Amino acid sequence: MGNYFSNISAGIGTALVGMRITFEHLFSKKVTRQYPDTFHPIRDGHMPKFARNRLYVDMELCIGCMICQRNCPVNCIDIKTIKAVKGDPEAFKKSGDKVTLWVEKFDIDFAKCMFCNLCTEECPTDAIYMTQEFEYTKYNRNELIYSFSVMTDDQIAAKTKLLEDEKAEKAAVAAKAAAEKAAAEKAAAETESGEAKS
Amino acid sequence: MESNIILQLFGDNIWSYLIIVAIPLVFVIIYALVAILGELKVASWVQDRLGPMRTGWKGVIQPIAEVVKLLQKEDITPKNVNKPLFNTAPFVMFVGSFAAFAVIPFSSKFIPADLNVGLFYVFAVSSFAVIGILMGGWSSNNKYSMLGGIRSAAQMISYEIPMALSILAIAALSQSLNMNTIIELQNGGFWNWNIFGGSGPWYKLLFLPFTLILFLIYFIGSLAETNRTPFDIPEGESEIVAGYHTEYSGMKFAMFFFAEYANMFVVSALVTIMFFGGWQSPFGDFLNDPIMQIVWFLLKSMFFVFVQIWLRWTLPRVRVDQLMYITWKVMLPFAFIAFLGIATWAMLKP
Repeated sequence: MGNYFSNISAGIGTALVGMRITFEHLFSKKVTRQYPDTFHPIRDGHMPKFARNRLYVDMELCIGCMICQRNCPVNCIDIKTIKAVKGDPEAFKKSGDKVTLWVEKFDIDFAKCMFCNLCTEECPTDAIYMTQEFEYTKYNRNELIYSFSVMTDDQIAAKTKLLEDEKAEKAAVAAKAAAEKAAAEKAAAETESGEAKS
Repeated sequence: MESNIILQLFGDNIWSYLIIVAIPLVFVIIYALVAILGELKVASWVQDRLGPMRTGWKGVIQPIAEVVKLLQKEDITPKNVNKPLFNTAPFVMFVGSFAAFAVIPFSSKFIPADLNVGLFYVFAVSSFAVIGILMGGWSSNNKYSMLGGIRSAAQMISYEIPMALSILAIAALSQSLNMNTIIELQNGGFWNWNIFGGSGPWYKLLFLPFTLILFLIYFIGSLAETNRTPFDIPEGESEIVAGYHTEYSGMKFAMFFFAEYANMFVVSALVTIMFFGGWQSPFGDFLNDPIMQIVWFLLKSMFFVFVQIWLRWTLPRVRVDQLMYITWKVMLPFAFIAFLGIATWAMLKP
C-alpha cells in the first residue's frame, strides 16, 4: 500500500520533470543548419585530410601518360592523346618542360567515379587531385561527365595534321630508302650476273 | 433561442441552421491546420530542431501543403477488405467527433444546440469513435489493424469510466448538465472556476484537492480517449505498424487524422468548460462581452491542445498492462473519493 501512493506521486512527479525539460528545450537554441542558405564550416578549409571529393586535373602538369586511366577500377577516365612531332615550336609547357603527348581528350565521368583515390596516388606529376567540392548534383547524367582538356578543335586538327605530315614524311623517306636499296641491290645483282656472263 | 445569435439575426429558418452547422465545420478545418502546424513546430522545437521552414514564412503553410498532398494521393482499397465497413469507418469516426461540436459554447451568444443534457450528449457521441475504430480495424482484414482496433476499444471503454465519474462530479456541483448553465455558474473571476470549487465562501478551498484530482483524471482520460501519447497504444508505430489505420490511404486516412485533431479540441473544450470557466473572462466582468468570450474560450482550449502536444513529445508510450493498471487501480478509486468529496461540498454549499 505504501508503494501504491509513492508510485503514483513518482509517476506524476517524473512526468512534471519531463515536461519541465521539454519546455526548456522549446526555447533553447536550435541546432539545425539551413543547408542551402548556411554552409557547414567544412567549406572553409576544415576538410578532413583524406576527404574524397570531386577530382580536378591540372592540364598544365598532365603529361598524358594514361596511368590514371589504367588504374581506374571503374573506367571512368577517358583519355586520348596525340604524339607531339619533333620540331613543334609550341611544344613547351609554361614551366618550360617539353611536351611529348598532346592530351586531346581528358574526360572523367563522375556518375561512375567511386572516389577511390587510386588515380591521384599514381600520377607522376600530381596533375590529378581531389578538390574540396563535394556537391555537384545535376539533372542529367551526361552533365556529370567533366572535360578537362584545354585543347580547341583547331589545335587538335593542327596537331593531328602535324603528326600525319611527319608520318607521311617518314613514310616517304622510308620508301625512298627502300627504293634506293632495291635499286642498289638490282645493280649489284646485274653486275654479278654481268661478271658471270663475261 | 436567446443563446444563439444566428437564430436571432436570420430568424428560425433552414438557412440559419445551415450557417450554424457550417460555422463549427469551418472552425474545425482551420483549427486542424493550426494544430497540425503546432504539432510539427512543437515537436521540432522540443527536439532542438527548426521544423518546417521552407513553405511560406517560417513554414506556416506547411499544413496546407500536407492536406493537398493527402488529397492528391491514390485512395487504395485493398482487395480483401470488407468494403462497406472499410469505406464508412473514417466517416463514422469524423461524425462522432464533429457531432460533439453541437453543444460546445464558443460564447454566451453562440452555442449550436443548447441541449439541457449537453455534457451527457458529448459523452455519448464521443463513444462513436470506438465504433469507427473497431469498424476500421476489423474490416481491414489485417492483423495489425485488428489488434489496434481491439486495443483501442479496450482502452476507450476503460477510460470512459473515471471520465464519467468526473463529469458526474461536475454535474453534482453545478446541479445541471447544460453547458451554458455550468459556465454561467463560474462567473466572477478565475477564483470562481470549478477547479477552485466554483463560487462559494473561502472554505471551498478545503475541497481544492478533490477538484484538482478530478481535473487530472479527466485530462488523463481525455488523452486516452483521443489516442494520444502516452496512451497511443492503438496506433503504436513500433508495435503494430499504425494500428487501425494501417490500410487507409489518401482522403480516408485524412478523415481519421482530422477526427483525431477534432477530438483533441473537443476534450480540451470540455476541460475548459468543466473546470476553467468556459468562455468566462478570468477577471470578472472585465472584457467579458460576447466577442471577447470567443477569444477567452479559444485561448483556454488551445492551451490544453498545446498541453496535449507538449505531453506527446515528453512521455513515452505506456505498456498495455500499465494502461489497465492506471485506469482501474489508480484513477477509478481516486475518482470515487474525489466524487464523494465534491458531492459533500455540493451539499454544504450555501
